[in-house]
Amino acid sequence: MKGFDVIVIGGGHAGCEAAAASARLGARTLLVTSRTDTIGAMSCNPAIGGLGKGHLVREIDAFDGVMGRVADAAGIQFRLLNRRKGPAVRGPRAQSDRKLYRQAMQALLAEQPNLTIREGSVEDLTVHEGRVTGVVLADGREIQAGAVILTTGTFLRGLIHMGEETIPAGRVGEPPSLGLSATLERAGFELGRLKTGTPPRLDGRTIDWAATEVQPGDDPPVPFSFLTTRITTPQVPCHITTTTAATHAVIRANLHRAPMYSGQIKSSGPRYCPSIEDKVVRFADRERHQIFLEPEGLDDDTVYPNGISTSLPRAVQEELVRTIPGLERVAILRPGYAIEYDHIDPRELRPTLETRKVHGLFMAGQINGTTGYEEAAAQGLMAGLNAARLAGGQDGIVLDRAEAYVGVLIDDLVTRGVNEPYRMFTSRAEYRLTLRADNADQRLTPKAVGVGAVGPERRGRFGQKMSALASARGAIGGLALTPPEALQHGIAVAQDGQRRSAMELLAYPGVSMDRLAGIWPQIAALEPAVVEQIEIDAHYAGYLDRQDADIRAFRRDEELTLPHGLDYAAVGGLSNEVRGLLLRHRPETLGQAARISGVTPAALTALLGHVKRRNLDLSA
Amino acid sequence: MSENDTIFALATAPGRGGIAVLRLSGSASRPTLRALTGTDPAPRHATRVTLRDPADGTVIDHALALLFAAPASYTGEDVVELHVHGGRAIVQRTIGALVRQPGLRPAEPGEFTKRSFANGKLDLTQAEAVADLVAAETEGQRRQALRQLDGALGHLYEHWRARLINALAYAEADIDFADEDLPAGLTESARNQIRLLREDIAGHLNDHRVGEITREGFHVAIIGAPNAGKSSLLNRLARRDAAIVHETAGTTRDVIEVRLDLAGYPVTLADTAGLRDTDDAVEGEGVRRARQRASQADLVIGVFDAARGEDAETRAVLAGAAVRFVVRNKCDLLPVWPRPRAGEVVVSARTGQGMDQLEQALGSLVADRLEASVAAPMLTQVRHRLALAEALAALDRALDGSEVELVAEDLRLAARALGRITGRVDVEDLLDVIFRDFCIGK
Repeated sequence: MKGFDVIVIGGGHAGCEAAAASARLGARTLLVTSRTDTIGAMSCNPAIGGLGKGHLVREIDAFDGVMGRVADAAGIQFRLLNRRKGPAVRGPRAQSDRKLYRQAMQALLAEQPNLTIREGSVEDLTVHEGRVTGVVLADGREIQAGAVILTTGTFLRGLIHMGEETIPAGRVGEPPSLGLSATLERAGFELGRLKTGTPPRLDGRTIDWAATEVQPGDDPPVPFSFLTTRITTPQVPCHITTTTAATHAVIRANLHRAPMYSGQIKSSGPRYCPSIEDKVVRFADRERHQIFLEPEGLDDDTVYPNGISTSLPRAVQEELVRTIPGLERVAILRPGYAIEYDHIDPRELRPTLETRKVHGLFMAGQINGTTGYEEAAAQGLMAGLNAARLAGGQDGIVLDRAEAYVGVLIDDLVTRGVNEPYRMFTSRAEYRLTLRADNADQRLTPKAVGVGAVGPERRGRFGQKMSALASARGAIGGLALTPPEALQHGIAVAQDGQRRSAMELLAYPGVSMDRLAGIWPQIAALEPAVVEQIEIDAHYAGYLDRQDADIRAFRRDEELTLPHGLDYAAVGGLSNEVRGLLLRHRPETLGQAARISGVTPAALTALLGHVKRRNLDLSA
Repeated sequence: MSENDTIFALATAPGRGGIAVLRLSGSASRPTLRALTGTDPAPRHATRVTLRDPADGTVIDHALALLFAAPASYTGEDVVELHVHGGRAIVQRTIGALVRQPGLRPAEPGEFTKRSFANGKLDLTQAEAVADLVAAETEGQRRQALRQLDGALGHLYEHWRARLINALAYAEADIDFADEDLPAGLTESARNQIRLLREDIAGHLNDHRVGEITREGFHVAIIGAPNAGKSSLLNRLARRDAAIVHETAGTTRDVIEVRLDLAGYPVTLADTAGLRDTDDAVEGEGVRRARQRASQADLVIGVFDAARGEDAETRAVLAGAAVRFVVRNKCDLLPVWPRPRAGEVVVSARTGQGMDQLEQALGSLVADRLEASVAAPMLTQVRHRLALAEALAALDRALDGSEVELVAEDLRLAARALGRITGRVDVEDLLDVIFRDFCIGK
């Protein structure tokens, strides 16, 4: 079969984004998946975004990725989280219609130039002199490629647990991928094992909705994509109910049948997504736990009860859900389960997501130990861009911790590794006030345009937005008030004779662009989106200046790259302990080395000395 | 903290030596030299200078200054070396003056070396020895830091770190898990935790008054009954070779202050009105002030007339003093020179007998008190104080802030400052607290 520049294995969120990104750069791209009808399937909860995660979606969108647009098309209840807090920590989130999501994703990929989609099962990789050269399908056919991206999610030796029952599988009803596991093991990759779980799916027609609390979405909904002007999909509410003392009693009586407690599951699950068994045991004094009843679709009666992930036996699940207000007569469509799966130790990866062991092989998504659609898609984006660039003989592209959550995510993975499924939180970002959802396009789209990842529509729209912003900033740039004038307009400033610009005035409590428009009518003529942007920038101005200084210092250490294959034994002044840590983590820059816990300032200085000396040797 | 800051460090071993060398590197080195000496010496010429504290113009020492102009210096930046006399008090005062100069801060471990690497100052032959040198430099500094962090102080800092992590975790939980079923008022709870922590750190920074002691002197109040011989004792102490700096009337009409140097430390002696019950209004006010001065002093000396025995008033005031010392005066009037009991010295201010022992005893008391609070590594101490002060300022901003993401930002800055003396506060530390204290996971 004729070859491709890039082959993406897997059609989940990482695979879709990787394939689209690679194709956008002009690489001839093939997406291989065991079932094309499940491309874009949401196998866990039917929602996109949230805090940190919503930031990732905006960043993917800034690179002209697909997730934001698909989520906008499929969203049936939008909520901007932390709406009452500052703009830096607001995160867009939406419930999605599973079917609409799948359809929108498949439609977008179908119209993507340079992208071929094929159904098949990849059983092996072909590798020549340490470089991947293609893939082998189950029927024995070989397809050549310049680069290969593995996005196989939990399919690596997946094992489902439901009470005492265990079923080898990737997702319910789909077989696990055993051949590739063996391939990866043969290549000598360090594998880890993680666990995650899902709740039972309920039949919405058997729920007594009147007994639950209604949670409406935002009106108007705030979209993910910078390209979406309006959400046109019909909107529906979510509902909230809680567990009861009776629920907890059922769980306690059956704990010995839960695989996590019987010892049947040994791998670690995420701290932030405990099963309902865990919650009842660990927070024994809580009388109730909240459950969100999330609709899976507009024409789908399936309801996803978010908050009661469980791996208890099916009969126990039925007993326990019926103790919940509104669910007294509920029918379970599919029981919840826990799943264990293999993942690659992400420290096997370079910051481009290429593996260190096999040149040209990239990995993205849950296989790297992350959880969440958004985390997967963010890695997919970067793996897709880098695979396409590698196949085209170009350098890798890496985002750093100071420019994107995507950078924080990948840096955390490749320098620190994981010991639970990795999920994004805003607290992971050192430069949180800089990395906002509202400015993701301003931070990243110019870079994306630079590498050729952005299509003409977004290029045009972004250009318009930036020139509107520039002209608005220009228009208000010259506006200023003396202290007496400010006081006259009711703005209490120190009477120090200093004129204050409109931007400076915005930093005073209670001063908004709206209020300034009362002083300078020309402000009222500005576009609302532009006005909001200017307000946000002014709001954080003091903090952002300090953060900029921090970022410059951070980048100086990041610019000091440590050579691949650095011989740590030859670096004098390192303790054996530090040497071991550096060998295990293989930092790419001095900054990365500093983030490895246990690496001392003395070790960093020694490392720096060695590298400087080496550079001098090379130039001599 | 920035890499553009000018850094300084004690380049010679801490402790009492003939000479101590303080090294500065960075663009503010020369302006600092000008500010402290009023001169701008030619590069690479050892120049004798008078080192003054720019804050009040007082002379710190007569020193030797050496300027290496960029790029011809060890670090490649402007480097200034100050060779001062090796007394602890002088070094401490110089450090105190440097720390208050704009753009200056104590160097982090290995920072001089790091800058010299960063500026490409090392050639191949020098590079041979570098790693070992670096290890020695930073290892020495690490051990120095550890010495201080061992024991009670280390526990205290660790305890603060844990409390700060806890408070920050609460604020972060409020941000990151807004859609979870969290208890109300998380940020308010964080704020309450911060308020308490803030008080503790502020109290610690005020403790020992190390900065003030080195600037203003160790305060000693002399109390006693009228005619116990306080004034003659003071005069006797002041007349000795132990250089009187100056003599001024105290802030109150009837408290006389004398500043002198004892065992290398600046000491302020205050002579107070005699303690007794009195109906006279003016004398009563003097007695009140004497008691007040005693209550504020770092050391209280109670003077008794050996012939007349101990008076109750003086006993009572002494009992309330944190550090006290008894002097039995007028011993020359006794038939036999008495043997001193523990914690006291027997003298005759009139004849001067016993004054050597008194001065020695006072000197070692003052030194003990300062040694205990300053501890051995002075620079480490200054770094700690700076980090704590920075943390404190950030905590204060956090307490003033209303928006949770800005409160959290200031708490993060506080954590970073505290982290410089206790070890980094990692996001995993926060997540551990969040998932321990709150049931997250909808």
